[in-house]
Amino acid sequence: MKGWMGKIRTLSLFGFMAIILSGCGRENLTALVPKGYGAEESFKVILISIAVMTLVFIVVMTIYTYVLIRYRQKKGQENMIPKQTEGNKALEVVWTVIPILLLIIIAVPTLTTTYDLASTEGKEDAINVNVTGNQYWWHFEYQGEEIQTSQDMYIPVGEKIYLTMRSGDVIHSFWVPSISGKMDVNPENDNVMYIEAYEEGVYYGKCAELCGESHSLMDFKIVAVSQEEYDQWVTDMQNVDPEATPESTTAQEGQELFANSCLSCHAIGSSPVAVGPNLTNFGERSKIAGVLPYEKEELVEWILDPESKKPGNKMSNAPYLNDGSIGEEEADKIADYLMQLKPSEITTKSAE
Amino acid sequence: MSNSIAQNRSFGAAMWDYLTTVDHKKIGIMYLVAGGFFFLLGGLEAMAIRWQLIKPENDFVSAGFYNELITMHGTTMIFLAAMPLIFALMNAVVPLQIGARDVAFPFLNSLGFWLFLFGGILLNCSWFLGGAPDAGWTAYAPLSTISPGEGVDFYVLGLQISGAGTLIGGINFLVTIVNMRAPGMTYMRMPLFTWTAFITSTLILFAFPALTVGLFLMMFDRLFGSGFFDASMGGNSVIWEHLFWIFGHPEVYILILPAFGVFSDVFSTFSKKRLFGYTAMVFATVLIGFLGFMVWAHHMFTVGLGPAANSIFAVATMAIAVPTGIKIFNWLFTLWGGNIKINSAMLWALGFIPSFTLGGMTGVMLAAASADYQYHDSYFVVAHFHYVIVGGVVFGIFSGLHYWWPKMFGRILDETLGKITFWTFFVGFHLTFFIQHFLGLMGMPRRYWVYLEDQGLDFGNLISTIGAFFMAIGAIVFLYNVVITSIKGEKAGADPWDGRTLEWSIPSPPPHYNFTQTPLVRGLDPLWIEKSEGRKGMTPAEPLSDIHMPNGSILPFVMSLGLFIAGFGFIYQKYDLAWLSLVFIGMGILLGSMLIRSLKDDLGYHIHKEDLEKEARK
Repeated sequence: MKGWMGKIRTLSLFGFMAIILSGCGRENLTALVPKGYGAEESFKVILISIAVMTLVFIVVMTIYTYVLIRYRQKKGQENMIPKQTEGNKALEVVWTVIPILLLIIIAVPTLTTTYDLASTEGKEDAINVNVTGNQYWWHFEYQGEEIQTSQDMYIPVGEKIYLTMRSGDVIHSFWVPSISGKMDVNPENDNVMYIEAYEEGVYYGKCAELCGESHSLMDFKIVAVSQEEYDQWVTDMQNVDPEATPESTTAQEGQELFANSCLSCHAIGSSPVAVGPNLTNFGERSKIAGVLPYEKEELVEWILDPESKKPGNKMSNAPYLNDGSIGEEEADKIADYLMQLKPSEITTKSAE
Repeated sequence: MSNSIAQNRSFGAAMWDYLTTVDHKKIGIMYLVAGGFFFLLGGLEAMAIRWQLIKPENDFVSAGFYNELITMHGTTMIFLAAMPLIFALMNAVVPLQIGARDVAFPFLNSLGFWLFLFGGILLNCSWFLGGAPDAGWTAYAPLSTISPGEGVDFYVLGLQISGAGTLIGGINFLVTIVNMRAPGMTYMRMPLFTWTAFITSTLILFAFPALTVGLFLMMFDRLFGSGFFDASMGGNSVIWEHLFWIFGHPEVYILILPAFGVFSDVFSTFSKKRLFGYTAMVFATVLIGFLGFMVWAHHMFTVGLGPAANSIFAVATMAIAVPTGIKIFNWLFTLWGGNIKINSAMLWALGFIPSFTLGGMTGVMLAAASADYQYHDSYFVVAHFHYVIVGGVVFGIFSGLHYWWPKMFGRILDETLGKITFWTFFVGFHLTFFIQHFLGLMGMPRRYWVYLEDQGLDFGNLISTIGAFFMAIGAIVFLYNVVITSIKGEKAGADPWDGRTLEWSIPSPPPHYNFTQTPLVRGLDPLWIEKSEGRKGMTPAEPLSDIHMPNGSILPFVMSLGLFIAGFGFIYQKYDLAWLSLVFIGMGILLGSMLIRSLKDDLGYHIHKEDLEKEARK
């Protein structure tokens, strides 16, 4: 008997620990551990509303439990007819007025943060980034800096970055839970929001509006680095020579193949949003295509069969896939070329 | 007597009887069967979704098929399962509760059902004709307008046809409740279920036209080259979101209010007490219905409407918590001081209170716009709306079915099986959805075909999938219960629950004319009043006389079939105009049937007094 109880206890303790450990989710992804201004403000409102609502729940459940225990039909009383009460005016007033007061407690911080998070004060002097959502990748254009990049957005910590967002196709939604709540990216109008990261780090971004087959694979990263590192990164990115000759011969051959088969959709250097992601600093990416591990084999496989990795993406229709001009050997060389595109010392590793 | 006739009749005759019936009780049964079928279908889709999400980066289904599954799960459950099951209860019960012999427009009642069914079948035909719609049940443009193939066309046409059926049904119940109440059944004496059916019908009347308009615009965008939602042609995709949610939010109340009505009746009956605060309950229902139209943009807090719009809609949404709270407390005080009998119907109602309170809590949390920026389109929202729709609507339907099953079919559902159903479903429901609140905040957006490894989402998703299987088991046990009850279930008398309202004053199942003599209503809970004064049944309000009844008609079926055929024509004419011939054939059938209906006088028939007397003597 005792051993059995012990087992249950260990098991439940283990289960409890598992819940606690996984309770708040992955760091830099979860909204439950806010690491930026928007996420923190939202989290405050979340906590206030949870507190108020838990109070309501406790009251309801207390009455509920009492009533069920006290007034449940007893043996031999099946035919007992209770008093037929019509109602009670005083009680009705109580459970109308108290909820209104409780709602005001939630409404006030809600409204102040709603206005606060929509504020565009100081936008002119801040870093402004144009964000474009595409099926299924993100493009970032740093206004006035002549920097364009895709998938990984570099920002300095402790600064408000204003994002002006628009979609190139269907509606997407920009969400970096640890830094800020989300905002939709519409095809017909610019939506403006700001983000501010408190700590250096690589933050997970997700698309939150159903946008097609690979909606769940439209990940991106916010790379928050120190102000000096950010300045360095800006200088490096501005000084990129898109036609720089790589060192190794395979990469050189890859560059030529890339120019023939890929450049019509992908850009290297600062050029406007194109059919496919900008690959200027591809060598510093944390993931391939937003979700695949950053390894050469993965990249080769991706080049040869993008559809299997990210269904419905536009690269699946690339001409090189039909005319057979890129085989495994060629893809390998292109991979060599892409993975040496490291214009800056500042990478995702600088943020960790 | 009617049973032995039914057994002797051939299957074909019975089939014809149902195809042509205008009897609200039979139409209720057809809604139940069709809605139940679609509920199982939607459940199957749900199980496939959960199986795909049992582990990270699973490949049980492809990305495209997954999007079809989520779209069809949502669309089926809302339009083809929850709505018709609510209509099943309304048809089976409302005319009886107000002391009427049928609805105001029996022909339209039948037409409403067949339109719903053919619309639902049309929508589901897409599975076999190149793929189901895949843009989510909300079908946001431009994803829906550029979706290749015909999937979304089936969505547009299917919902348009079944939506017309719902609108017709709603208008019918409005007129019925306004005009067909028995003498003495004033508005403030109507049972709460009838009240909620009344308010729901009003909501249908005002909400469905918004959907109709939206679907028409989308139909023109997809099939006839217009650009209402196409930004490159000067259109605006946000308009679709507004139109959809101006319909979509009231739709939530259309579903939940009748469930509130069921719970009010069930709590009152099984505590042997008058509903506490009846007047407050009625006004709370009206207020919820009214406010339901003022809050649609809370589905659009992240669209970029600006802080002013977001604030207004946030406060308006929070306001709905007040009447809903009033209801919860009035139910609790109905139980207070009662003689509470806990059976299956009551279990579902009791299970509803904590479940729905949780759903209401998260509802208020979601109303806080600045917090919603985190919840929106994440699994938190998925958890919330399943808490209100499963914990509210589905629990309400189960409760109502257990409660009124004897009245509809003359047999009482097995109690033991009923309790097994409840407990497996209840536990499974909380296992499935409670953890999803956390998954959402941990960074899992909704409608994700896969979630990545090492993102802390594995454990929660596994729990959720396990819970879904408990729910499936519960549903299967209920089906078994239905079968076993129909074979050897306990026969029910007229009033198996010691009921309070008019439906319990007539035999189970009722004769097709319901009331031999229209009853005289002397107050709220009319049957209870008579019983407490020592009488056995209702006092009649009229002498025994001939009863005028409507004739059955096959026309509603044929008209709906016509629209069904025309639907295919509309869809496929985008490839080849020859398909337009189907439109002409289908619309010809529809208009021809309408012409016949208009020109042919159908005055119904009379049941003679003598026959009624003969029946009574048996």
